[in-house]
Amino acid sequence: MDDKFAAKLRILSDAAKYDASCASSGAPKRAAGVDGIGSTSNGICHAYTPDGRCVSLLKILLTNYCLFDCAYCINRRSSNVARARFSVEEVVQLTLNFYKRNYIEGLFLSSGIVKSPDHTMEEMMRVAKSLRQQHGFAGYIHLKTIPEASPWLIEQAGLFADRMSINLELPSADSLRALAPEKNAGTITGAMGQMHERIEEAKEDRRKFSPAGQSTQIIVGADATTDASLLDTSATLYKDYALRRVYYSAFSPIPAASAVLPLKAPPLQRENRLYQADWLLRFYGFTAEEVASGGTDGMLDLDIDPKSAWALKNRHLFPLDVNAADREMLLRVPGLGTRSVDRIIAARRHTELRLVDVARLAKSVKRLRPFLITADYRPPAKLAGALDLRPQLASVPEQASLF
Amino acid sequence: MGMIRMALHDGADLDGFRTAVRTLVAQHAPPDAVVWSTANDNDLFGAQAAPVGEAPAVSLPRDVTELIGLAICHSDPERFALLYRLVWRVLNGERHLLEVQSDPLVHRLQLMARSVRRDIHKMHAFLRFRETHDPDGTERFVAWFEPEHHILDAAVPFFVERFRGMVWSILTPQGARHWDRETLVEGPPAHKADAPDSDAFEAAWKSYYESIFNPARVNPAAMRQHMPKKYWRNLPEAAAISDLVREAPNRAREMIEREAAMPTKRDPKKAVAAMADQEPKSLRALNALIAASEPLTPGADHAVLGEGPIGADIAFVGEQPGDQEDLEGKPFVGPAGQMLDRALEEVGIDRKRVYVTNAVKHFKYEPRGKRRIHKKPSPGEVKRYRWWLTKELEFVHPKLVVALGGTALLGLTGKPLSVMRARGPLQFGAFPGYATVHPSYLLRIPDAAGKAEAYKAFRDDLGRMKKLVAT
Repeated sequence: MDDKFAAKLRILSDAAKYDASCASSGAPKRAAGVDGIGSTSNGICHAYTPDGRCVSLLKILLTNYCLFDCAYCINRRSSNVARARFSVEEVVQLTLNFYKRNYIEGLFLSSGIVKSPDHTMEEMMRVAKSLRQQHGFAGYIHLKTIPEASPWLIEQAGLFADRMSINLELPSADSLRALAPEKNAGTITGAMGQMHERIEEAKEDRRKFSPAGQSTQIIVGADATTDASLLDTSATLYKDYALRRVYYSAFSPIPAASAVLPLKAPPLQRENRLYQADWLLRFYGFTAEEVASGGTDGMLDLDIDPKSAWALKNRHLFPLDVNAADREMLLRVPGLGTRSVDRIIAARRHTELRLVDVARLAKSVKRLRPFLITADYRPPAKLAGALDLRPQLASVPEQASLF
Repeated sequence: MGMIRMALHDGADLDGFRTAVRTLVAQHAPPDAVVWSTANDNDLFGAQAAPVGEAPAVSLPRDVTELIGLAICHSDPERFALLYRLVWRVLNGERHLLEVQSDPLVHRLQLMARSVRRDIHKMHAFLRFRETHDPDGTERFVAWFEPEHHILDAAVPFFVERFRGMVWSILTPQGARHWDRETLVEGPPAHKADAPDSDAFEAAWKSYYESIFNPARVNPAAMRQHMPKKYWRNLPEAAAISDLVREAPNRAREMIEREAAMPTKRDPKKAVAAMADQEPKSLRALNALIAASEPLTPGADHAVLGEGPIGADIAFVGEQPGDQEDLEGKPFVGPAGQMLDRALEEVGIDRKRVYVTNAVKHFKYEPRGKRRIHKKPSPGEVKRYRWWLTKELEFVHPKLVVALGGTALLGLTGKPLSVMRARGPLQFGAFPGYATVHPSYLLRIPDAAGKAEAYKAFRDDLGRMKKLVAT
């Protein structure tokens, strides 16, 4: 690796680190033959960086030159960052060489916009096409789609990528107008709609078009949007575009940030709570309104997780009999995950569960105690009726604070 | 009944355990009467191991055999005793025991299985190959890995599948596996020094690892939870961790404190304006795009473009090029095209002055021997070509757009309409339109009378089109 290439690699991976997604799951099962290379998995994290995030894909920009001027983005044209540009062949070779050494599951390619959205999208498509066609690459490919690119380029890119995504970046058309005046909310949702339609059609035809679906990212804390309205946006995206994931990225201080933005980063705990809330939407049968009702003024409680917050405001529904309650209600018990609930339901068919049994089925029984009745335990009236269980449910913030 | 000794091989001795279980079950030996040992254990009791003979297979639920397969890889010397206890209970009235995960034995075995699964997963994740060359020049990738449990055989198939086309060796203290693109060969336990100590791409990988880390979010505890320290000594990138963590607070503070800098670059107004203007500007430019594109249907790899003068009175849209069209690279030159030519001539429309094209630009077919059998494009495929069709017609700008058949109708409207019901004049977006059958339909009618009648109706349609554009 010569110095020039090393410098480019640093610039173009540094520029990519603000994208939260690194998922490599959901692709159809496939493996290359003896003439190609690679296979798909359920998502393997090949390393973890000191921010606790998983490194699964070579997450990189084709170039960080960009003609757009979006205030939240380090690569906006008015930013003073160092710029670099990879050729299609350079990205292809880097991906293959990293893959052969078992560093990565595949490639997550994004790019600044140079010349035109079409030109950029076409270069990205050529990377994916070359990996698939010339090198028989069967690993994972995620392309960050450029919503301003012509639809026919998105059609072509979808033939080679496992996942396509478009970053919504800002939760409302208003914030988009304020912080990214050259972007158009309609273009973004329009392209999402196009991809959703293609993915659905491809499923019907048993063809492959971005088979691992699409995802998006919303930046949190760059504007005044509330959690309630963020979750509402997410619920709509899951429903209307069948998105696989919405990623929340706490607005991160960016070197040489634009003057339009707050200079201090919001607590990462907020991002964490949003992910927990998002999980409740997707796997626990909660609606966006229910989740939001656990907080105040549209903001989630930062001290306790959203499920506990909801449970505390709905004390009249608890405690539940672990040996009798139905699945939907058990899922609403703070501290019980979907897996624990499934185990409880399987086990109680054969035995009557005591507190010690529940302890083996769940991660921690301490959080559960005020909410459950077992064969040998009933929370004391004092505990069950206590209005403020907050200190007991409050978790130590998982993310270290900045200073 | 005296104690029964069972000696198995060290490691994940599944075959030995299976034979042992069959023997013990045949003898009705309760778990408390069995003492398990492995070849490497000291023989404390000095007693003889029970003779292991041919005993009938034991039928177990599938989830139990799966659990055995995993837990037996665990490094815990008690694993055989625990698993036999499980088998015994399953065979003696507790067939659904595994559903009771609150049971202490099940709970413990599940934890062991989880630990094994995690170890396999971590081997798939954290094993790193280094490139070397064999004496004969063959490129070989060699990895050194230290698993926690006896998982080598369980973990290696993943690497065979993923790196089938590479020559590689995986070295561990438990043994080695060598792959030569065809067969997997076992080797004896290895040492770290047997593997190469560097690789040409590790510097690039390390810089990637350092750059993708965001110092504003430093959280070493979360990192260690997923990537425990015991793995670090064999991970080239782990050498960077201590520096990254130490410098993170400073780097993050700098990021925040650095004032919003005034842009030093000139605003590239021209380039920004040009960026928004990327649409193809002419039919020729559009055709160049279509010709350069990947086919959006499986089949022929080059596109058949539309043909005819810009500003033609009528643009005919067919389904897709056929075998002959694909060979000649021109639309409507096959049997259906000849049928269209004949009808046009009979009603007095000059073929050279109309525009002909297809909803789908590539010939979709299935190879059958030497022949290529036409395959109808799916609705999804037709829609993927719509962007081009719409643009194309904007450039041609005919007075009338004619849909020949259902596929063209779908391509023009985006909706699955019946040709027979829609037949006649209608609107396609900004263009006055007309729907009729595809000429190939006329060719497929078996009886002569029906054919003649359908042909006449088709010719009448052309006659009406001629009138529509004449006004």
